[in-house]
This record gives sequence, C-alpha cells and structure tokens, in this order.
Amino acid sequence: MPEVRSPILELQGITKSFGGVEALRGVDFALHPGEIHGLVGENGAGKSTLMKIIAGVHTEFSGRFLIDGKETHFRSARDAHAAGIAMVHQELSVAPDLTVAENVFLGNQPTNALGLVQWRRMAREAGEQLARFGIDVDPMSRLGDLPIGLQQLIEIARVLFSGARIVILDEPTSALSPPEVERLFATLRRLREEGTSIVFISHFIEDILRVSDTVTVFRNGRKVAETASAATSKGALIEAMIGRGGEALEHSYTDDLLLPQPSDSAVVLKVDQLTLARSLKDISFEARAGEVLGIYGFMGCGQQELSRILFGKLKPDSGALLVEGQPKTFASTAAARRAGVALVPESRRDMLFHQEPVYKNISISILDRISSLLLKPAQERDIAKRQVEQLQIRPPVVGLDLGMLSGGNQQKVALAKWLTYPPKLLVLCEPTRGMDVGAKNDVINIVRDLRAKGLAIIVLSTEPETVLSLADRILVLKRGALVREFRNEPVSKDRLLEAA
Amino acid sequence: MTSSETALAAGQRARGLAPFLRSQMRNIAPFLTLIFLSGFFAFASPSFATLDNLGNILTQVSVTGIIAVGLTFVILCAEIDLSIASIANVTGIAVAYFTLQESYVNIANIPLPGAVAILLSILLCALLGLVNALGLTVIGIPSFIMTLAMMQIAAGISALLVRGQIAYKVPSLITTLGSGSIGGIPWLVIIAALMLLGGHLVLTYTRFGRYVYMVGGNREAAEYSGLNVKLILGAVMVISAVCSGIGGMLGVAHFGSAQQNEFDTYLLDSIAAVVVGGTSLFGGRGGIGNTIVGLFVLGVLNNGLDHVNIDSFLKILIRGLILLAALVINVYAQRLREKAAD
Repeated sequence: MPEVRSPILELQGITKSFGGVEALRGVDFALHPGEIHGLVGENGAGKSTLMKIIAGVHTEFSGRFLIDGKETHFRSARDAHAAGIAMVHQELSVAPDLTVAENVFLGNQPTNALGLVQWRRMAREAGEQLARFGIDVDPMSRLGDLPIGLQQLIEIARVLFSGARIVILDEPTSALSPPEVERLFATLRRLREEGTSIVFISHFIEDILRVSDTVTVFRNGRKVAETASAATSKGALIEAMIGRGGEALEHSYTDDLLLPQPSDSAVVLKVDQLTLARSLKDISFEARAGEVLGIYGFMGCGQQELSRILFGKLKPDSGALLVEGQPKTFASTAAARRAGVALVPESRRDMLFHQEPVYKNISISILDRISSLLLKPAQERDIAKRQVEQLQIRPPVVGLDLGMLSGGNQQKVALAKWLTYPPKLLVLCEPTRGMDVGAKNDVINIVRDLRAKGLAIIVLSTEPETVLSLADRILVLKRGALVREFRNEPVSKDRLLEAA
Repeated sequence: MTSSETALAAGQRARGLAPFLRSQMRNIAPFLTLIFLSGFFAFASPSFATLDNLGNILTQVSVTGIIAVGLTFVILCAEIDLSIASIANVTGIAVAYFTLQESYVNIANIPLPGAVAILLSILLCALLGLVNALGLTVIGIPSFIMTLAMMQIAAGISALLVRGQIAYKVPSLITTLGSGSIGGIPWLVIIAALMLLGGHLVLTYTRFGRYVYMVGGNREAAEYSGLNVKLILGAVMVISAVCSGIGGMLGVAHFGSAQQNEFDTYLLDSIAAVVVGGTSLFGGRGGIGNTIVGLFVLGVLNNGLDHVNIDSFLKILIRGLILLAALVINVYAQRLREKAAD
C-alpha cells in the first residue's frame, strides 16, 4: 500500500463559496502515488467542487494546495494539465463527427514536417492504445456511430493514456454496461500499478468499494470520513453520507417512512415492456388516478428517456403505452398533450419562454382550449392571474418577462401551464431541484392537491428526498431496468440508496 | 409594435429607461436609419422628397413587400426560405403559360380561362411550398439546404415552361392588379398593403401567430408545451411560397412580361427587408411592422441613390454595406436582449 510515500497532491483547509454559500468548508484531502481514491456524497455535497479546484476549473478559493510537497496555485485548467492532472467530466465531451482516432488524439494529432496530419500513424497508435483498454474498434470509424457507453470508454481511455499523473473520473460508470465497467476497472488497476493516481467519484458505492483503496465521504461541503475501502461497507458509507441527527433544516428522511396501502383506483397509464437502445430495458409499470408514483435512480439511469417517451418526444424501440386502456403511439408531443399527458422536464430552459411574459408562458399549452382562431388576451391574463395567485408566484405580475423571475418561481410557472385544464397524467422531472425550502414545500402542496383531484402523477428524481416527500409508491430504476418497488412498507433514504 | 412588445415594454419600463431602450434597439435602429436616409436624400436631391416620388417608392417596394410577408413568418420561426424568388418566377410564368399568348410568342402553352389559370398557378406555388415543408419537417433537411434545392427546382420548371422565350399575356384580373390603378393609387400598392396588414393581423391576433412567435422564441419549449412544431413550421413554408407566388404573378403583370430569371434580385431584397427591419434571424422577435420599416429603408435607399449623382457601380457596394450594418445591429440587439433577460 502506498501510505508510506508522501502524497503527490495535498490540499489543506480548502474553503470555497459561491455567492455567499459555502460549497466547501475547510476540507483536507491527500492523494498518494499509485492510489485509487473514491469520493462519495450526495448531490451538492462538494465532491465535484473540490475536483474542479484540483483540475484548475475553479481558481478562487482559500486554503493550501500542494503538488509534490510544493505550494501551487493554478490559474487555469491549462496549468493543471501542465502539472499532469486530467479530468473526465460527467457529461460526455467528445467530437461525435470526428473519427475515433481523431478523438483519441484530440488537440495533439501527430504531424509530419509540413504540419500535415499523419493519418496512418494516428490510426495505428490510437488502435494500440484502445486495444490496451480492451476496446476493439476501427480507429477510422466515426465516433458518433458507436454506442454511448463505448464513446464514454473511449473518452476515458483518451484521458487515462494522456500521460497524466493524476486522473479524476467523475461518475464514469453510469452509462456503462457491466462488462464495460469490468474493463474500466481492469485498466484502472493496471494504471495504479504503473504509479498513476486516480480519483473516482461515483454514486455506485459498490463500484467505489470494489476498485478504490481509500474512500472519502463528503456531506454539506465537509469531509466527514476517510477510510480504507477494505475496512468499510456500503451501509456505513451511506450512513456517513446522509448523516444522523437533525442538523439539516429540512426533513432528512433518514428514518423509515411508511408508504400507504396501494391505491386500487383506475389505471391511467400502463407501460408494458418498454425498451430503448441502451437506456431502458423491459420497463413495465402502472400509474393510477389519485396516486403519486415516484421513480428514483441515479443520474443516467434512464429516467430522462422514460419521461420523454411518455410525452411523445422520444420513440421507444419496443413496448407499449396504454392511456386509460387505449394503446398509444405518440407521433408528437402535441398528440401526447391531446391524450391528456403533461410533462415538466428537469430543465426550465427547455420548458419556458424567457423572453415572453408570464401569462403567455402559462397560456401556451391551453390556447386551443380558450380560442379557436383569434387570441383572447384578456382571458389569458385572467387564467394566468388565477394560477399566479394559487401557486403564489412572485412577483404577481403576469405581464412581466419570465426571465425576470427567480428560478423557483419559474419552476412554478412551468407547473402552472398544465394546471388550468389538468391532464390525466402529469409527469414531473426533478420538480424541486434547486429550490429553497419554502418553494419546495409549495410544490409539495401543489402536487398533493393535484393528487386529491384524481390526477395520476409520476415524479422522477435523482434526489431521494424529492421522491420520499411526494410518492405513495416508489420504483427504483437502475441502469435502465426497474430493480425494486416499494409499496405499503417502510422506506428511507438508506433503503432507496441501498436498492439503487 | 405588436401587443407582445407593448406588454414587454410595460415590464421593462419599470426598471428604467436605459434598459428599455436597449431592449427596443431592434425596433428603434431601423427607424432611425429610415429617418436618416430620407433626410439625407431630401437634402441631397430636390426631386427626392416629392409626393410623386413617394408613389414611385411605394410601387417599387410592393412586389418585394408581398414576398416579404411570407418570409417574415419563416424568419420569425428561425428558418429561412431561399426559394422565394424562384417560386415567384415560376408562378408568374405559370399564369402566363395558362393564358392565350399573341401568335408571335413561340411557347407551346395551354390556354385556360383566367380564373382557372390563376387557381392552377396558386396551386403550383402552394405545392412547391408543401415540398419545402415536407423536406424540412418530415425528412429533416435544414431549411437553408432544402430551399436552396427548391430554388433550382423552381428555376428548372420555369425554364421548361418558357424555353428561353418571353410571354406577355396574363389573365386580365392579374393585369389590372399588377399594372392598373384606382383613384391614382396603383392596385399593386393596395394589394401589398392589404397583404402586409393581413400578415400583421394573423401574427398578432391569431392563435397561429402566437405559435409562430413561440416556436421561433424557443423551439424546444414549444415542443415541451405540446405544440405541433412540425405542423407550424410546415405551414409557414407554405405561406411563404404562396406569398411569393402572388408576388410573382403581380410582378409579371407589373413588368409586362414573363421570362426566366426575372425575379432574381428579389431574393436578396426580401431577406434584406425583413432583416433590416429588425426581425431577429434567431426567431421569435420582430414582425410585419419591422418588415414595413425594412421595406422603406430599402426602397428609399434604392430610389434615393438614383436621385443623387453617384457612380452606378458604387450603388451595389453601398447596398451591401447597409445590409451588413443591419445584420450587425440584428445580432447585437439579440445579445443585448439576452443580457437584459438574464
């Protein structure tokens, strides 16, 4: 074990705040040569912020930053790169229209004396590198034609073989199939033998425990535990992640919550063996009137795709949707809307018109209900005013441009569009993400009201609290498959995380 | 100003005059340009600022105006139609093709009653617009490329119909509307004004008009709001083609002849009118009001340059520079607005 050697990277007392909110509070972190260091913590616990400081993305912070025992301060990601630090970000950052070889050599293609790219050499070397990683693809094929998991592996391979001494992997396994994860781990272990230090961030605690030497746990911007992987367990890590005791302002859902008796009201939506390429495998479930169905899973588990299929924005490869018993294949989102399905996506930007006034944002989905040919602006404003009042949207001025509202209020507008003529099925993606406690409670109350009115509601979230605070029944989605259903039984954050 | 802009203005005024003016830059700048150009030419040439010449300008911009009505819909949706001039041309040729020509015109045409000829010609341009629409929405070809192909296709149909010849006769209704006048006002100007008014009413007061603005403002959000985005995009492509076709038929009557390539300059002029007027190339902002201002800027510029003593070859360059300036303002105004909205 590498403990005897001095750390290659050492951070002391790192504090970082964004606009007065502390994202990191006095964090110490050390990384040794030839060590795989796992990082776990909830969304917003500070893992990614710390890694971005190491990778030179965030340059403003307080605390000491040492590389090879020497104090350093990066001014840019380029400085970090020069110091041998490379990071694979959670979102894919490849050039899909270039060849595999070009992607592997992105930014430093081999050239001859004239400055021309040496294609044959590039293809050969790229092929060799990928082969070391167990990837057998034609280096001259277009990257975008390959499956997403393979693209991600190639991006990881590019960074791993870039010669960096410190490699940071942020959530690398979420889009990978089990054999691909094996290949990645084998490569990580080999690089460890060669002396590379690796930081591995993941929500998949099993993955962390299998591959890392050391695990550090973050909670609310603090490092709360650091332990050898061999000396801990999934349960212990989850407990450290979410913490015991009431230090949080909100209900923390650490204790068991009893889910109610399953409803036997009418089935509004039936999903039968839905499958979509690498995203969803054989998904079947029902949503009932007057019931909130929660679907929980990690980022990239297929929630986004599932919600898009329900609203006619994506077409599944196979499987059926039945709305009130009628089989439906939505040709467009307009068809889904007419069938009584409504969606609020996780990104407000995708749902709202920032340069248009609030009332037009609220009326857009129901214009065909209030006017056949000519617009009725007075009626639109009345409807909007009613919604603004009911949802307590601030400021209560329906003529104001939407872009001038705060994020939480924008989220309420996104909901308000669907409420004047309530749909049969309301699909909510991350309905409370980024909201303060007050706004969150408002949304929770709105959803409960809608349930009381008999809507079938599906809440998809990567935050256990969101699902626990809203759902009557909970499905857990893991790598595109439904792995667990909680109904009429005790459930808690631990149990959800354990299942996912 | 459309009602959406007044509502917007009310919201912004609350935050002070400077941000309000910044957000309205796209409406103010073209208007200032128009006043400046008119003032300049009035000062430079005594024959410019006369009632007669105003009539000239109006007549000169009418065909462009008719075509620009449809193009405004397309650009508001953040798409483009490069086939407008070709479709105008082929429709003008078609209406002549279906009319009995003098014996010296050597075209193997099909004479039909006037009403039928007009109807068939409108059907033809609507059909070409429908092909644009299907290419854009069903197949997913970007409008820039789709309409570039249509530009060639329409030119090809024109060539096959006239085979290098010139036709002169069009149905009498078209002749009257294209070259006649009532009470001293050319019918052509009246038609252009009515079509611009109609376009404005549709965009401002109908549900479809709202959809056009919303699809142009944020296509993703329009789709997530359950609008049939493809249907709306398809509709604007057909509207654009039909407006072009009407412009083409009246243009042929106005010029007194139907021949190949006679509308070529109208492509650039129509796009310039819409964009110079301040309608955003990124969609969702602007409208027929802007297009009217743009038409006048272009009309005053073209007409005024004829009134001052200037190298005629230099005029082309000057027009190009004015267009460039308008594009700079268009992009800059968009950026200012985005900043104001943040």
